[in-house]
Amino acid sequence: MKVAVNEGHDVRNFVRTLVMEKGYEKAELIPFLHEINGEFGYISDIAIQELSDRMNIPTSHIYSVATFYRMLSTEPRGRHVIQFCESAPCHVAGGRLVWQKLQEVLGLKNGETNEDEKWSLLTTSCLGVCGVGPVLVIDHDIYGNVTPEQIPDILSHYE
Amino acid sequence: MAYFRSHVLVSVDPKCIEKGAFELMGALQDELVKQGLVDEVEVLETSRIGDPETSGPDMIVYPEGVHYTNLSLEDVPFLVEEQFIKGRVAAQYAREIKEVVDEELSAPQEKELRIVLENIGTVIPLNVEEYIGHDGYMALGKVLTEMTPEEVIQEVLDSGLRGRGGAGFPTGLKWRFLRNAEGDQKFMICNADEGDPGAFANRRVLEGYPHSVVEGMIIGAYATGAEQGYVYCRAEYPIAVKTIRTAIEQARDMGLLGENILGSGFSFNLEVRMGAGAFVCGEETALMASIEGLRGEPRPRPPFPAQKGLWGQPSNINNVETFSIIPQIILKGAEWFAGLGYKKSTGTKTFSMAGDVKNTGLIEVPFGITLREIIYDVGGGIKDGKDFKAVQTGGPMGGCLPEAYLDLPMDYEALDQAGSILGSGGLVVMDEGTCMVDIARFFMEFTQEESCGKCTPCRIGTRRLLEILTRICEGKGKPEDIPLLRNLCEQINEASLCGLGKGAPNPVKSTLEHFLNEYEAHIYEKRCPAKVCKSLIRFEIIDGLCTGCTLCARNCPVDAISGERRGLHVIDPDICIQCGICEQLCPYDAIEIK
Repeated sequence: MKVAVNEGHDVRNFVRTLVMEKGYEKAELIPFLHEINGEFGYISDIAIQELSDRMNIPTSHIYSVATFYRMLSTEPRGRHVIQFCESAPCHVAGGRLVWQKLQEVLGLKNGETNEDEKWSLLTTSCLGVCGVGPVLVIDHDIYGNVTPEQIPDILSHYE
Repeated sequence: MAYFRSHVLVSVDPKCIEKGAFELMGALQDELVKQGLVDEVEVLETSRIGDPETSGPDMIVYPEGVHYTNLSLEDVPFLVEEQFIKGRVAAQYAREIKEVVDEELSAPQEKELRIVLENIGTVIPLNVEEYIGHDGYMALGKVLTEMTPEEVIQEVLDSGLRGRGGAGFPTGLKWRFLRNAEGDQKFMICNADEGDPGAFANRRVLEGYPHSVVEGMIIGAYATGAEQGYVYCRAEYPIAVKTIRTAIEQARDMGLLGENILGSGFSFNLEVRMGAGAFVCGEETALMASIEGLRGEPRPRPPFPAQKGLWGQPSNINNVETFSIIPQIILKGAEWFAGLGYKKSTGTKTFSMAGDVKNTGLIEVPFGITLREIIYDVGGGIKDGKDFKAVQTGGPMGGCLPEAYLDLPMDYEALDQAGSILGSGGLVVMDEGTCMVDIARFFMEFTQEESCGKCTPCRIGTRRLLEILTRICEGKGKPEDIPLLRNLCEQINEASLCGLGKGAPNPVKSTLEHFLNEYEAHIYEKRCPAKVCKSLIRFEIIDGLCTGCTLCARNCPVDAISGERRGLHVIDPDICIQCGICEQLCPYDAIEIK
């Protein structure tokens, strides 16, 4: 994976600060991975190496944890991450058609990121807002009662 | 102590202060003195009550509960005259009470009984004073000053409270195990990893009444001797995480958490841990692994968490709802709680209702109520006047029960005997238009995806089940598939390590038992009775109804429809992909599914 020199520097500093502030207990690993994922959009090899050095945990262990949890990514993601709820209540409420439309408009399948790195399309487990399904989340914005017709309009709000 | 007939709560959050909240309080006080009302009306500070971005300063007058907003100093004399002398609402300043429709939690229906959900939506979640005003932390005070830990455990045991996470193990017994366990440190854990699709009761409790969970946990810690606690909340609930975190900070600031709580010598610390998107982490041993910073994989039991749990130390895990009920049991007594419910299932249970029922959302009912009462009386019956077909209880690992089970009184045992589970309280109601084979396939897709992969029966077994079900739905099912499915269900249930694997076959097993005819129709007749499975249906245009408007032909994504304008159109079955767009669009209902 190609990473700009500066970016690697940023990730290392970020990890160092985290460990310095919160300590290197193994129990902090998942919270740290959350922070890194939130800041950089994904957990890079550099971040894993730095965590390993600072926390004294093998990289293999960190990698196994980072890939176990669905909300953590070890692959770079687009500037905006779309998460579509794929669970039964949303499915029953017409989610299938919304999902088809999303894939069609973006030209992406589940888990893919487009070439200009604007969008990543993912499915998510139940978000617990089943009263307003189908539901999709873009970055931190939640959209409920989504219809296929609304998709282009919703997407147009993001640069 | 002076008795005030009215209390005025003025919001003093930073924004309201900026807009003159303190000046307003001063002016109010002056005016009350002037009118001789100072002994009758008390002015108090409170935290944020409105949306300070758009209004403010804000105040609420009790007992009426009138919310005034956008106040300026000049308004004060008029307001005092109207509100406190004439005793009427100064409508021009009162905030318009918007009818906020809560789509998740509506007003209680006749057959409901709300204990856990009682105050949700009516109190401000993070106003700890308001919680205390509703007898909050009174149970904690009672426990610390009047009861020994053993008495607390006995009270919870006598109440008959059982785990609301679904397994239904008596909470008091679990606490006693932890109390009697030996270890350097004991842990009290709250399972807020509510992963079942369609279940959101725990989220509402955490977001709407977080202090009840905190209080329940402190009481549990006192009873068991735990000094450290964790709330493990799924990361898909960002607001719940934030709310419970703040509630814990507030409790700590008030001396209700930390060292020497309320001067009793008892200490307890509480922290929030976030999941990262893994359904299996709702399983208690997987949850503990996740707190430790590991992959959330379950481990075999025994040893049970009460002996060797978090970091090998004695631990206890209860569900959000369980903890939330505890303060009420302490305050109102075990007898009160034990008097509610049915047989060995005491109290009430929340259910998240979804699917083809009129009123979806959260409900809370006493145990012993029948499914029919829940679906028809509380839920308002089936949508669009259709017929009931099945109800799935307990989330993706629950069974699908047909009409014959509707009059069963709901409790842990009855559902277990019926081949389903109470689980987290999810209820998915399905109407006649649901294909039960497709539903079984859908749930298997979920468990297959969420299987953590540690044990073989679950990892490979669910995969095989899914493959067979998919092939049946595609019309490629073989007669030997039915015994094969049965056998696999048995094996996966027997041999899996944790509840996820053990429960995974339930949807298949129950549909095989109650809806065998649908499986047979798919396999032998290559027909989907509910007309859902795409490979087994055909779309046809009915001669006589079709007006030749060309709408279907223009919208068909694969150009499978041909015909002259104003003439009968025809669908080419070889090209048609059964997307159903034509059927949805046709204004004359001329398209039939066969």
